[in-house]
Amino acid sequence: MSFRNSVYAATAMSLVTAGGAFAEIITIATVNNGDMIRMQGLTDDFTAKTGHEVEWVTLEENVLRQRVTTDISTKGGAFDIMTIGMYETPIWGANGWLVPLDDLSAEYDVDDLLPAMRSGLSHEGTLYAAPFYGESSMIMYRTDLMEKAGLEMPKAPTWQFIREAAAAMTDRDNDINGICLRGKAGWGEGGAFITVTGNSFGARWFDEDWNAQFDQPEWAEALNFYVDMMNESGPAGFATNGFNENLSLFQQGKCGMWIDATVAASFVTDPEDSTVADKVGFALAPNSEGVEKRANWLWAWALAIPAGTQKEDAAMQFIEWATSKDYIELVAEKEGWANVPPGARSSLYENPEYQKVPFAQMTLDSIKAADPQNPTVEPVPYVGIQFVAIPEFAGIATEVSQEFSAAYAGQQTVEEALAKAQALTNDAMEAAGYR
Amino acid sequence: MARAVTQQRKIINTAAAWAVGLLIFFPILWTILTSFKTEAQAIADPPIFLGFDWTLENYSAVMERSNYGRFLWNSVIIAGGSTILGIIIAIPAAWSMAFVPSKRTKDILLWMLSTKMLPAVGVLYPIYLLFIQLGILDTKVGLVIVLMLINLPIIVWMLYTYFKEIPGEILEAARMDGASLKDEVLYVLTPMAIPGIASTLLLNVILAWNEAFWTLNLTAAKAAPLTAFIASYSSPEGLFYAKLSAASTMAIAPILILGWFSQKQLVSGLTFGAVK
Repeated sequence: MSFRNSVYAATAMSLVTAGGAFAEIITIATVNNGDMIRMQGLTDDFTAKTGHEVEWVTLEENVLRQRVTTDISTKGGAFDIMTIGMYETPIWGANGWLVPLDDLSAEYDVDDLLPAMRSGLSHEGTLYAAPFYGESSMIMYRTDLMEKAGLEMPKAPTWQFIREAAAAMTDRDNDINGICLRGKAGWGEGGAFITVTGNSFGARWFDEDWNAQFDQPEWAEALNFYVDMMNESGPAGFATNGFNENLSLFQQGKCGMWIDATVAASFVTDPEDSTVADKVGFALAPNSEGVEKRANWLWAWALAIPAGTQKEDAAMQFIEWATSKDYIELVAEKEGWANVPPGARSSLYENPEYQKVPFAQMTLDSIKAADPQNPTVEPVPYVGIQFVAIPEFAGIATEVSQEFSAAYAGQQTVEEALAKAQALTNDAMEAAGYR
Repeated sequence: MARAVTQQRKIINTAAAWAVGLLIFFPILWTILTSFKTEAQAIADPPIFLGFDWTLENYSAVMERSNYGRFLWNSVIIAGGSTILGIIIAIPAAWSMAFVPSKRTKDILLWMLSTKMLPAVGVLYPIYLLFIQLGILDTKVGLVIVLMLINLPIIVWMLYTYFKEIPGEILEAARMDGASLKDEVLYVLTPMAIPGIASTLLLNVILAWNEAFWTLNLTAAKAAPLTAFIASYSSPEGLFYAKLSAASTMAIAPILILGWFSQKQLVSGLTFGAVK
């Protein structure tokens, strides 16, 4: 090789390495929801600040879960950042699959993260995913129908009140159902809802020795209560309704009350899509009289870095950018305060501008009322409120929720469903070596 | 002799055929209609059939958010590439099975088909690990190979059925005229089997275009085809049915148009050999 060629080659090499050090292209897998799509639209701000570019892989939640699980368990390296939830984070963190986020910058202010979120996304005190947005669940109700029924919604109602109010608001002739709740099979759909309902009646999935508890009276009480109330005041075919079906019913004015994710508040109060936008009130998720736990869950969509990625520095920079206080300001400036990602940072709820958003305070109160470390009245060996953070749970809970949905649809009795749930859960836990 | 068909019977038959056709096409029609509605109209109960304000806002939202061109290009390469590669491999295979069958030909054919009986997810991990080792994860080359392998049994079976219809004497005559094996397959057999090859090609392009397990699981940002484009608009927490419908319409439009223009080929190919 001639001298001149060597110089060219050396220059080219140094340019390539310099380019590599300063500007990377990172691939991020994420879910399709409003907050995430908004973030994709604002990526230019990140590129302008750091020089790194971003490629997005947006997938439906269940497809995403399968996709990223395959990749991380085989160390495939297809993604530099994965959007995961509170269920996966502690399990994957314990497996050593994620880069610990223990080296975040001072201006990031990690102590500003809401304590419930931080603890739900940690394993043994180490944070493994940064919350992009967090949610709990709460009651959304029609203020006009409540008034018509001559009732007033307390800030923290009981299930007994909810049942009575639902019956009073139901108007079958005008196609108004007093209450709409999830009944659809699937651990993240109806399974999540009935698990928190169980918590609020004093029930739990397992005792401290991992024995299933579906044969206990608390579960029978919770499930019978749910079925009776839904038969009295719920919509036809509630056994197959999930989040989207209930959202659709509520937006069209066909539900008096709906207990579901706090993120729904921004949909039902949006005048463009909702016919009842100006008639919605909020209250804490209920509990059964005398039970200290309420039926509200806790969830976060969070950003995590798979261990072994070649672009860890750029990925870390992105996570700091996307879950920072500055990002919240950026969204507020471009799209208004009602559209900022909620539920992740304490400082957001101290902001006077954000306090004007109608559902802000109730969202915060709901998140604060949820405690993933102590989700139930009786002690349990697991973490998680609407789920049990063990790898086997998704499979078991999907089967259990199928049995429950069959009971909602009247294909079997509540007692039959509980007996089957008890047997299949114990079998699966035995096979997995817990018992 | 053809049966005499009365006028009345003709009308009934035509009406029945249209009814069945519309019934089958209705879900696609509904998707296309929904893509022109607002999100609120998309979930209206009772559903609105035609009396809504037609809007293109979903299409502009989808175009703004996604790089449709890239997904489309990936789909074209993956579906086209895997089909052509499959045909090139399958023609000699089908030729040998049709014209020089051995004792085990039937068993081989059945064995090939049996690979289709395994649920795809059963081999997801082995294939994924192979892809990592070979460095072809999230590449079009990787997907062309996998989809070719998946559709190969169908291609061989279809071509075998068509080739069986061609009289062996013609090939024999070619051989007597001094045609080599290559000439025989390339200049005698292939031209005669064009309708069969064309319909095999079309059917496999459609199958590869719609394949949504491997194309989702073996891609990330670079090689993702239109199936991933649709999946990015589906959401269990949020009612975005109109946008999802717009994305679906954009994903199926090219294949629908291709199918429309080649329907004569498809039908004649699929019924080829049905009557002897």
